[in-house]
Amino acid sequence: MSLAESSTIQAAEMVTAAGLRHIKVALAGNPNAGKTTIFNNLTGMRQHVGNYPGVTVEKKTGTCRHEGTRMEVVDLPGTYSLTAHSADEMVARDFIINEKPDVVVVVLDASNLERNLYLATQLMELNAPLVLALNMSDLAKARGVEFDIGQLSELLGAPIVPMIGHRNQGTSELLDAVVAKAAQKRPARAAVRYGEDLEGEIAGISQLIANDGAQLRRYPARWLAIKLLEGDTDVEGRIDSQEILAAAGKSAEHLETVCGQRSEVIVADQRYGFISGACTEAIRSTVEARHNMSDKIDTVVTNRVLGLPIFFGLMYLVFVLTFTLGDPPMGWIESLFGWLGEAVAALWPMGSPSALKSLLVDGVIGGVGGVIVFLPNIVLLFLAISILEDSGYMARAAFMIDRLMHKIGLHGKSFIPMLIGFGCSVPAIMATRTIENTKDRLTTMLVIPLMSCGARLPIYALIIPAFFPHTWQAPMLLTIYVTGLILAICGAKLLKATLLKGDAPPFVMELPPYRVPTLKGMFLHTWERSWLYLKKAGTIILGISIILWGLTSYPKKTAFDRDYEAEIAQLESSDQSDAKAGSVEETIAELEQARQAEELAYTSAGRIGHGLEPVLKPMGFDWKIGTALIGAFAAKEVFVAQMGIVYSVGEADEESDSLRSRLAQSYTPLQAFCIMLFCLVSAPCMATIAMTKRESNSWKWALLQFGGLTALAFLLTTAVYQVGSLLTIGTG
Amino acid sequence: MTVNLNEVRPGQQGLVERVNGTGQIFKRLLEMGVTPGAHIEMRRLAPLGDPMELRLRGYHLTLRKEEAAKIAVTLL
Repeated sequence: MSLAESSTIQAAEMVTAAGLRHIKVALAGNPNAGKTTIFNNLTGMRQHVGNYPGVTVEKKTGTCRHEGTRMEVVDLPGTYSLTAHSADEMVARDFIINEKPDVVVVVLDASNLERNLYLATQLMELNAPLVLALNMSDLAKARGVEFDIGQLSELLGAPIVPMIGHRNQGTSELLDAVVAKAAQKRPARAAVRYGEDLEGEIAGISQLIANDGAQLRRYPARWLAIKLLEGDTDVEGRIDSQEILAAAGKSAEHLETVCGQRSEVIVADQRYGFISGACTEAIRSTVEARHNMSDKIDTVVTNRVLGLPIFFGLMYLVFVLTFTLGDPPMGWIESLFGWLGEAVAALWPMGSPSALKSLLVDGVIGGVGGVIVFLPNIVLLFLAISILEDSGYMARAAFMIDRLMHKIGLHGKSFIPMLIGFGCSVPAIMATRTIENTKDRLTTMLVIPLMSCGARLPIYALIIPAFFPHTWQAPMLLTIYVTGLILAICGAKLLKATLLKGDAPPFVMELPPYRVPTLKGMFLHTWERSWLYLKKAGTIILGISIILWGLTSYPKKTAFDRDYEAEIAQLESSDQSDAKAGSVEETIAELEQARQAEELAYTSAGRIGHGLEPVLKPMGFDWKIGTALIGAFAAKEVFVAQMGIVYSVGEADEESDSLRSRLAQSYTPLQAFCIMLFCLVSAPCMATIAMTKRESNSWKWALLQFGGLTALAFLLTTAVYQVGSLLTIGTG
Repeated sequence: MTVNLNEVRPGQQGLVERVNGTGQIFKRLLEMGVTPGAHIEMRRLAPLGDPMELRLRGYHLTLRKEEAAKIAVTLL
């Protein structure tokens, strides 16, 4: 039974009792062709994002209804071809072969049609029923390009629907065409003829394949033959028969002798020849291809002289805006959580020591609040990045930075994930998906945590003003950030020289035309990444806050060294009208704090802190820092709150002057710097490690990251502390 | 005149003559339209001297000189 026949039966079976037909539609197309916009137009909110099994490739599906037909729409990853260079392309290809969608819509960018059609020709060879969506037809028209849709459709053997995706125009025409195509059930005739020599070889191999066993029935024989002649390693791996492989090899050699080019070149050449021919016949350019707006912008933006200064200027602007615009909302959130804490505490009678109350107010609200407070900063950073990405500037940035990245052994594309890492490592690691080369992707993933993330900011904000005079503060912060960057570079070089050795990846990337980002797009992209940060807060931080609360509250000490209760009672009952009433309160407060400190030393957290002292001392840390670091180990966000508890300064945050002064009394600037250094280098949080595991598909790399960063943090901090002490820098 | 693509200067145009490189990346370049006979224009070099920005088949492509060296071009 042929593909067509079995599909027809399938389609007939799909008519439900309500008379609705149910079809499966796949959306394919080049990156930057506007495929996702069209997907959104078709499915609206009825979307679902998941993963293809076994790979970290996003699977987007949605539903749509049109004229009595119910469609399941799958947005395949954007690909330039169906040769399995990357996981994206494998997924797209496998989907078409295995799931046999009823219709494949190929979204084409009308402004550079030739390259976009390459994918379409490959789909034709897979006998996929095609509908071609000629997207961005407004831009093409503006450039003076005119299409004879009828003729083009005839030449390409598939219906063509002109569309303007970002204005949602052409959508219903597209749906009409899809429904009509699904009803036809005729596979597209193989439109591309490859010239005598090649066709001859293809026929020979196809015959061998057809004669072979049923295992190859899934794939159209002609397509397999062409793939073999192209030297597609994935296809070669799927063919058992040595006879077929040998025949393909011989054919390839024969072709190379006869035509003077390798067979893969001939195949690509013929495809483009066919495409060019069709385009020349059916398309007219009325205006000479002049320097359009994008080119003009690039003349300035990637200019030899201006390019890099503009780039650094933009980066600086992004960071400044993130912090200044983010301040007011941060204040509101802080107040909100403060109010919430009080409201919850008020549910219990005043002064009653309830474990549940403490858990809720100190543990949950305090812990989670400390994280959510940074949400405005994070959101603004991601918004800025999404504007730069959607407008097309990021590609230019990668283009300009590539040479530097290359020197480290990385890729221009590594730049964007690293930039995101300054906000939060978790979405940054996810962003490495755009890097095709596995080794480079892994290297980038492993060093991203060294980009000082948003969670460490409160630590710096607490410590720097406490220990360093005004003029030194900004340089100190800069030093920390730059240290992280330098360590990342060295780390990347080291990894690429040892564990992840491999050829430096080639850098081939499309520079899409500039465009004005859509509000919807900006919102979606910003939200997607910010949500990860929030989710982390809601889950992991919450859990850790609770555990930490437990560790720092229990076991409870009942027998104290001093009888605090008695002393306080005595002071309270002393004459209230005494002129020294103020100092009485102070003394009571001091006594309370001393008692809390003793309590803390007795708890699990305190004991662990003491236990870690051998490891902490070389770095210049004491058990109190150790206690705070326990929590910080799991998530840096909790460090400041923990320090507050250790120094028994009620609710502490990084603005807390009392905490700062206590720290300044207890430690030297050198020790303070070491604290920041340790926090910078060690893993930012367990969520990062978990994400690394997910994106690299193995625990090996995640644990290596964790172990490596921790070891590096320890060694580096010890070195800095010891050398600093020797040279008596900052020990005053 | 035939040169290698990495020797082409900003503003020059040519037709691709041969793709000499082998391997994944050159397969990719073929798919993206760098085939014999394709019209190609060298637009500029990045500020640090590498990679180069090319224009072909209506779009812009970045390519390092290292890979460009393996593509032979006939200057127009």
